[in-house]
Amino acid sequence: MPTHDDTEPKLTREDVIKVAMLARLALSENEVTSLTQELTKIVGFVSQLSEIDTSDVEPLAHPLDSQNVFREDEPATSLKTADALRSAPRHDGECFLVPAVLGESSSA
Amino acid sequence: MSAETQHPFTTVIGLEVHVQLQTKTKLFCGCITTFGSPPNTQVCPTCLGLPGSLPVMNRRAFDLSLRAALALNCKIALFTKWDRKNYFYPDLPKGYQISQFDLPFSYEGHLEVCDPKGAFEPRTVRITRVHLEEDAGKSMHDETAGTADSRIDLNRTGTPLCEIVTEPDLRSAEEARAWLNELKLLLVYLGVSDCNMQEGSLRVDANVNLHIPQEDGRLAKTPIVEIKNMNSFRSVERALVYETERQWGEWQATKAEIGSMPKQTRGWDDSAGVTRGQRHKEESSDYRYFPEPDLVPVTVTEEQVTTIRSSMGEPPAVLRKTLADRWKIPANDAGVLVNQGPELVRYFEDLATRVGEGKVASNWMQQDVLRTLNERGGNITDFPVRPEAVADIIARVQKGDFDTSRGREIFASVVEKGASVAEVVAGMGIAAVDDSDLRALCEELIAENPKIVADVKGGKEQAAGGLIGQAKRKNPNVNPGKVRALAIELIRALP
Ligand SMILES: [Zn+2]
Repeated sequence: MPTHDDTEPKLTREDVIKVAMLARLALSENEVTSLTQELTKIVGFVSQLSEIDTSDVEPLAHPLDSQNVFREDEPATSLKTADALRSAPRHDGECFLVPAVLGESSSA
Repeated sequence: MSAETQHPFTTVIGLEVHVQLQTKTKLFCGCITTFGSPPNTQVCPTCLGLPGSLPVMNRRAFDLSLRAALALNCKIALFTKWDRKNYFYPDLPKGYQISQFDLPFSYEGHLEVCDPKGAFEPRTVRITRVHLEEDAGKSMHDETAGTADSRIDLNRTGTPLCEIVTEPDLRSAEEARAWLNELKLLLVYLGVSDCNMQEGSLRVDANVNLHIPQEDGRLAKTPIVEIKNMNSFRSVERALVYETERQWGEWQATKAEIGSMPKQTRGWDDSAGVTRGQRHKEESSDYRYFPEPDLVPVTVTEEQVTTIRSSMGEPPAVLRKTLADRWKIPANDAGVLVNQGPELVRYFEDLATRVGEGKVASNWMQQDVLRTLNERGGNITDFPVRPEAVADIIARVQKGDFDTSRGREIFASVVEKGASVAEVVAGMGIAAVDDSDLRALCEELIAENPKIVADVKGGKEQAAGGLIGQAKRKNPNVNPGKVRALAIELIRALP
């Protein structure tokens, strides 16, 4: 039954639902169906690259041919608190306000 | 012997430590990193993750993390890059943390720990990797206020963090605590971090499970549990002791082995003294790392590594030995001094230089300075008696103005009154006893103690010791050694 060979990527509904969950996107059943089709096409398109033999090519860490960009450890002026908070949907003048976060702070 | 070692299993512990680096500014922007400032006063478009902002790497943060890795005997990658770790949390404004995934700048190190009292065998703990990443902000939720909101302070966001991951090489809670102490000491000595746990500059998570030999020779392993929320090294030790016992109980009840369930995270409740299962964050391990497009890679040369290595100063393990050699003090004394941190060692070396004799200085450090410091609490840099004052007291003792026990009273009084040594000496009516006073005193004692005089004349010089107490009662400022010597001289001269 499968018409594609093993190297061709196949995206399942479950993959799409999982990625949507990780991206905090609430998708309707119809959206899951259409996105599964669309994403399969996109991944298939990109996967054409895998036909190229890259065994002699160094992995590319960054598209820019540049390295070692640093700044010195010198303080710069920060924003005023009011400006930092200005574009937030909700704040109390000191902190950003968000719906209750239960449990611990995310550990880095 | 700690409780867990009595059981027929091995406790296997690995640690994951995050330390904030001692930089003036954040990892990718010029906001300062001062602890305890009012919320959201140390933020800018970059650390707020506002559109159009770009991160630029702080050179000092990179150098400090290299220093940490070298001190931990790690191999240094000559090519390193950063990656995005994607997750959603309100204290992470960009929606991703800039971290290192597949090419950390260092790997495969080790750090030894010994127990001076021999409570455990010296242990070499392998370091899996050390990498450089950014910290998240803080979310605060006041449950008593009954509000539905959490408050977010992003001052900490973007603070440079060194993540140090060990292999599961520790075998008891006690070892874990001792190793953490050694790690902290190392990082403080090298100026990498202040490692202040109260201020969150050092944070520890622990992975623990049990290896239980079975009758058929197989080794059963209990599911690995990650423990979080430990706010002191003592908490780490207590949490590990608790968790070891809990897993042993669980094993006996369920025989559940590793792989039978997903890795569990448990939070340490310090006041209750228990670990509690935390709500399982579904798929939380799926961080969809990808290379950070906003930062270019960093290359390191062998020359840079050599330069940093040569400017690092002595790590505590080396300093314990050199301090002992330099000042001719016992290894144990040197260990005690080094374990108190670099400021105390500076204090000691200042004192020893003034006194010109390491052993005397070390004795005063161990017996008077450290004891008083422990009683008072606080830091040696704020200690009211400076090395010059202690040296002054020691010099007066050596000159014979008063004896050591009197000197220690003076020390205590200088601490208590915050006065100078000269003021205390004057205030206590301590004046050097001059030679004619001493002679008069000894003659008086000889007249009053015919028995002792007879004994000394008969060759029992140690009998003169009986005069010392009496001499001190007559004049507390007399030097016992001088009294003894002069009394014997006078008795011998008697007809
Ligand atoms: Zn900033």
